[in-house]
Amino acid sequence: MIAEAGHYALVLALGLALIQSTVPILGARWRDPALMNVARSTALAQLLFVAGSFAALVTLHVTSDFSVVNVFENSHSMKPLIYKITGVWGNHEGSMLLWVTILALFGGLVAAFGNNLPLSLRAHVLAVQAWIAATFYLFILLTSNPFLRIAVPPIEGRDLNPVLQDIGLAVHPPMLYLGYVGFSISFSFAVAALIEGRIDAAWARWVRPWTLLAWIFLTLGIAMGSYWAYYELGWGGWWFWDPVENASLMPWLAGTALLHSAVVMEKRNSLKVWTILLSILTFSLSLLGTFLVRSGVLTSVHAFATDPTRGVFILLILCIFIGGSLTLYVWRASALKQGGLFAPISREGALVLNNLLLTTACATVFIGTLYPLALEVLTGDKISVGAPFFNLTFAPLFVPLMVAVPFGPLLAWKRGDLLGAAQRLTAAGAAALIAVAVLWAWTRGGSALAPLAIGLAVFVIAGALSDLAERTGLFRLPLTTALRRARGLPRASWGSVFAHAGVGVALMGIVCETTWNTEYIGTMKPDDVAKVAGYALKLDGVSQRQGPNYREMVAQFTVSEGGTRLSTMTPSKRSFTTRSTTTTEAALLTRGVSQLYISLGDTAADGSIAVRIYHKPMVLLIWFGPVLMAFGGMLSLSDRRLRVGAPKPARATQGLQPAE
Amino acid sequence: MIGASAAYAVQPDEIMSDPVKEARARVLSRELRCMVCQNQSIDDSEAPLARDLRLLVRERIAAGDSDAQVLDFLVARYGEFVLLKPRFEPATLLLWLLSPLALAGGGLALWAYNRRRSKSAASEDPALFELTAEEEARLQRLIGTEPSPNNPA
Repeated sequence: MIAEAGHYALVLALGLALIQSTVPILGARWRDPALMNVARSTALAQLLFVAGSFAALVTLHVTSDFSVVNVFENSHSMKPLIYKITGVWGNHEGSMLLWVTILALFGGLVAAFGNNLPLSLRAHVLAVQAWIAATFYLFILLTSNPFLRIAVPPIEGRDLNPVLQDIGLAVHPPMLYLGYVGFSISFSFAVAALIEGRIDAAWARWVRPWTLLAWIFLTLGIAMGSYWAYYELGWGGWWFWDPVENASLMPWLAGTALLHSAVVMEKRNSLKVWTILLSILTFSLSLLGTFLVRSGVLTSVHAFATDPTRGVFILLILCIFIGGSLTLYVWRASALKQGGLFAPISREGALVLNNLLLTTACATVFIGTLYPLALEVLTGDKISVGAPFFNLTFAPLFVPLMVAVPFGPLLAWKRGDLLGAAQRLTAAGAAALIAVAVLWAWTRGGSALAPLAIGLAVFVIAGALSDLAERTGLFRLPLTTALRRARGLPRASWGSVFAHAGVGVALMGIVCETTWNTEYIGTMKPDDVAKVAGYALKLDGVSQRQGPNYREMVAQFTVSEGGTRLSTMTPSKRSFTTRSTTTTEAALLTRGVSQLYISLGDTAADGSIAVRIYHKPMVLLIWFGPVLMAFGGMLSLSDRRLRVGAPKPARATQGLQPAE
Repeated sequence: MIGASAAYAVQPDEIMSDPVKEARARVLSRELRCMVCQNQSIDDSEAPLARDLRLLVRERIAAGDSDAQVLDFLVARYGEFVLLKPRFEPATLLLWLLSPLALAGGGLALWAYNRRRSKSAASEDPALFELTAEEEARLQRLIGTEPSPNNPA
């Protein structure tokens, strides 16, 4: 009954989406406010029905209704409740349902909070939103229906893939999808602007918070996924340049570029056409990511060929939306008026450089991810493009980007003073040089690149702080004045300081972890001691334990440093009987921002066990960086100027400020 | 050997006695794909095939092969697929050149665009900022009729 209700709700949502995708457009054409307002009610109703459908699937999973194929294949009655819930999106059908639920959520948010949007713009935006939704409802209903029944219900389910039975699954996919799908809003705004042939600073002011929101979620989603891989996969890697990761990195790179170009458009009414294109590209890359992950094309081109229905369907959606929006762009973009002029050395110029480097980086990831597929389809040759390729091609793009980051906020709009900015960055530059010198002396004979990279990271962080000091007059003015000015500083300025500092922090973590990672690989018997990076780890013993749906072998280590006992660590290996697979549960001990990491290997006949122990210096900075970036994004999002939304006509005169 | 550089799935019994050769083997391992895994290097992978390849790499190094010879040997045996960083050859030209070309092309386009816009702005300047005869007359009229309060003549 619940399954049928969920299925029916989804069909109704499709019907609503079809209404929402046509009626408001006609309303806008005929200038009929009643028809245009249909968009609002259908968007809200659609959200209601999709949420109902999603709730139905969650209920089926929680109650372990194995008469539903999706539950049977991905659940188990003994599975802990949290994994019964998260298991809903731990499979293809459920994750697609989550995808459309979030899409409907964003549509509903625009409908609910878009009251100060021009009526026709809102109608167009929601209609475009509904086109996307309708195709994905069709996709789910025709190829990936999660509500299908089994004629003879089995007693027990096949359980969820053990690697996914982790709290990471509760957070990572929803975050990632909030990011991916969130970019659909800027896409819809871009397409709506092209249809209307009108775009102004108010448009940018509306698009920017949505882009920012999506970007925050995507940033956190990627970081969370990376940390999950780090502790779950058991070899301590945190980024693998895997096609699935690249699929999320591409929209992030394009979205970051979009965020910056939208600033130029809002403040200076410039780069309009480019911002529209980026909005389209960012969401197109999100769609591409969905295609890559969901079609099975990555596992192998042949896997895709044997069951092509899903893949071909998404490919079709991909072609329609990317092709359609780009055609519309080519056709209509010339109608959009160009904005203000600026000199190459200016805030705008710096943001253009940011965009150039980020989009090139995005193109690099794109070609690296798709080239092997294309080559195999075209010539049949199989090649691999992996981490060594990306590391080699990415660094030359990111180094100039990092160098430029501190300069950008210090340059004035329209025409900047590079020398002046450089003078104001003297302290940051000095801090970077000191860092390089100290590290060089300290790590004598080690990698020459690592101290330089750390210096660059210090420069980025110190540069962000210099920007803050510059704006508040710290060190120049009395402390009380500086504090007052700091309070008065727009939250968006604080946001960019935090976000830029976050980039430096992440870079520092990445360099430290890859350069000064130490490790111990060996077989240990009880009472053996391993020494890693000044820590002594004694294996106390190995015991067996029964979990809810697995058995685990737990090893207990006592960690001490310089003779003092610090803590115990208990890495384990879990065997899941239903799927007859094992997972390694690494044990982590955090010391400051560094971590000790133990993962277990196989046991030998004599009772000794293979262990890998790593000391990863500053490793947590890799994820603190993105968290700082997201925090900066949230600060920026809370800026009053963004919440106000589109400016009222009376305030438009503020645009006529004298040039600096 | 405590405090060595990163090694992941390498088993204790595989490690070569000569640390220099072992370090070379590690670097090479990171560039070779475990062909039964999804996007894992043989240095990361726990698959039996990866172990075989790791041992093969060490065998070749022990036999006195240079790094390039080891890679050639593996490519001859398993095809280009084994390399995680494809070689620069006709089939991978686009792969390697896209990013520098995109950067150069983007930079060039920006330069051309900026030049064109500043030129067209410059050509528009006189028309925009010089007053027409009618405007000039109106201005004179305004100045004439409205005495400035700052200037009590």
